Amino acid sequence: MAHIPTTSDRAPAPARLLAAGRRRAPRIRWGGLVDHLVLIAGALFMLAPSLMLLQMSTIPDEQIMRTGPSFQIGDRFLPNLDKALNESMSFSGETTGRNMFRNSMILGFGFAIGKIVIAMMAAYAIVYFRLRFAMLAFWLIFTTLLLPLEVRIVPSYEITQQLGLLNTWTGLIVPLIASATATFFFRQYFLSVPEELVEAARIDGAGPIRFFLDILVPLSRTMVAAMFIIMFVYGWNQYLWPTMISTEEGRFTLVQGIKQITQGLEGGHIPEFGRSNILAILAVLPPVLVVVFFQRWFVKGLTDTDK
Amino acid sequence: MARVALDRVRKVYRNGFEAVKPASFEIADGEFLVLVGPSGCGKSTLLRMVAGLEDITEGSLSINGREVNGVDPAERDIAMVFQNYALYPHMTVRRNIAYGLKNRGMAKDRIAAKVQEAARMLNLTEHLDRKPSQLSGGQRQRVAMGRAIVRDPALFLFDEPLSNLDAKLRNQMRIEVKALQRRLGVTSIYVTHDQVEAMTMADRIIVLNAGRIEQIGTPSEIYHSPASVFVASFMGAPPMNLMRGAIETGAVRLSDGTALMQAPAGRGGAVTLGIRPEDVHVGEGPADFDVALVEELGAHRLLHGEVAGQPFTAHVLKDSPLGPGRHRIGLPAGALSLFDPDTGVRL
Ligand SMILES: Nc1ncnc2c1ncn2[C@@H]1O[C@H](COP(=O)(O)OP(=O)(O)O)[C@@H](O)[C@H]1O
Ligand SMILES: [Mg+2]
Repeated sequence: MAHIPTTSDRAPAPARLLAAGRRRAPRIRWGGLVDHLVLIAGALFMLAPSLMLLQMSTIPDEQIMRTGPSFQIGDRFLPNLDKALNESMSFSGETTGRNMFRNSMILGFGFAIGKIVIAMMAAYAIVYFRLRFAMLAFWLIFTTLLLPLEVRIVPSYEITQQLGLLNTWTGLIVPLIASATATFFFRQYFLSVPEELVEAARIDGAGPIRFFLDILVPLSRTMVAAMFIIMFVYGWNQYLWPTMISTEEGRFTLVQGIKQITQGLEGGHIPEFGRSNILAILAVLPPVLVVVFFQRWFVKGLTDTDK
Repeated sequence: MARVALDRVRKVYRNGFEAVKPASFEIADGEFLVLVGPSGCGKSTLLRMVAGLEDITEGSLSINGREVNGVDPAERDIAMVFQNYALYPHMTVRRNIAYGLKNRGMAKDRIAAKVQEAARMLNLTEHLDRKPSQLSGGQRQRVAMGRAIVRDPALFLFDEPLSNLDAKLRNQMRIEVKALQRRLGVTSIYVTHDQVEAMTMADRIIVLNAGRIEQIGTPSEIYHSPASVFVASFMGAPPMNLMRGAIETGAVRLSDGTALMQAPAGRGGAVTLGIRPEDVHVGEGPADFDVALVEELGAHRLLHGEVAGQPFTAHVLKDSPLGPGRHRIGLPAGALSLFDPDTGVRL
């Protein structure tokens, strides 16, 4: 059909756009709707266990024993929260939620920060300095990827114990740090930084330390954020190693402490579901918050090429 | 300001590749020297040795009479502008320009004043608080220049600073860079693979080929009396016409026997003849030019075709009526260059 000029054709551009928008508005895009339904269903599915925990922390423990999870919201949340945070589950009186939360934080932050600092410095040395056997050093570091702590746990424990580091933060964190993941990522990242940047800095009178602190570290900030998320969550979720190293109750982490539920079951009296549910939520919350807070950086860190 | 002298400076990379063959030359105070040559000929290597970013394998480099072979780049009193600008991406323009001064421990208020002055000179004042990623290519280039000029160095080093810009901007920046250098009077070494840049900007040109200096001279010397076939064909667009010829029976002849001029004393045998397209007289003369194609360039035209069976280009003015077909041409003796056909060296 031949083109017939209409008013909207002759209207100035903005008006034409508006008209087009109005014409398109009532059309529902079914594809988009289906996408969203699938995503919402998936999100609910993933959220369900946490919501269940939350619900069960609001009703008395006896009722959980009798009916299990339900849709009823009770009034026990605040008392349970208080118990979880302030009451100890053991004789020593040191396994309060507050205490374990702090210990988990120390482990998570200590591990993430220690790992990032050491990895950045190691990668800096490997990439920017003409070291003898730099390649060999890198591959040696790299092979530690094949030896996660779980594989070398017996010798690691023995060394830690011989150094008298049982029940210390050092003994808990340092052996966990010894692995190449972050070093590898930072090495790849540094290799992609244009060489002219180093040269410009050299001519600008920046020595190796200045270059590292003034240029390389700020340039890597998205990468640091990405590493921080991964490492924090990894450290926070450690179970086996802390169980072996931290035997004093004052050093228990949240992830360690949750096993107390099952101990309650063995004891024959009603386990304190309400309290342990809150502890479980507490244990999930910080990693979630870290991811939510850093995710923008995370994506940038792994995909950004604007250097 | 600075005088720079290179004495048999040579570079062999760690893999055994000789990127720069022994090179000796001097740069006068305030001179604008251009290093030109095809990609991979060792221009950057030579420049980076002067900057101190690359070790000098052999020979000696001195600035103002002091040998600086072992001196750190920061101590050489130089500033360098890189092809990809090498701006610090996370710093604002202001901090980019100030960084070198800050590292030298200059007082804050003096730094601020110098940055302002440089920014004004380069029309960057309203962009001082932007990040490099928010600037256009030309503006980034200016920031790189700013970083160089605030330091008041004795020597500017440029490594293809304009080759990431589009053609129009490149022409404009070419003039700006040259004007700035004139105004500041700072000795400069400028590396480019673009012979137009070399011709238009240089006080003196050094033509490099495969790590070897082919010729050192003013743009006019390089253009009118190239020292070798390489220089003749590299400099000038379109390049010089090069043809096989011979010196026989007292005359310089084309390969078809056409005599062009009296032979120089004491030579004989094969030669390579060179003539610039604009030096050719089209319309009359002893040789035949078979024009196959006319290239219209607005201000003038280029006629492409063959002379004595070899490719040939001539330059005519825009209102010349000549088109495809056979024309007579003259090759004036004064404009002819003769080269040794084996070594390529000018006779
Ligand atoms: N680090 C290096 N090791 C070995 N060869 C190199 C190195 N850097 C450059 N080269 C070689 O030296 C030659 C000259 O390089 P360069 O000075 O960068 O050339 P240009 O700047 O003229 O294009 C090239 O053939 C290049 O491959
Ligand atoms: Mg180069």
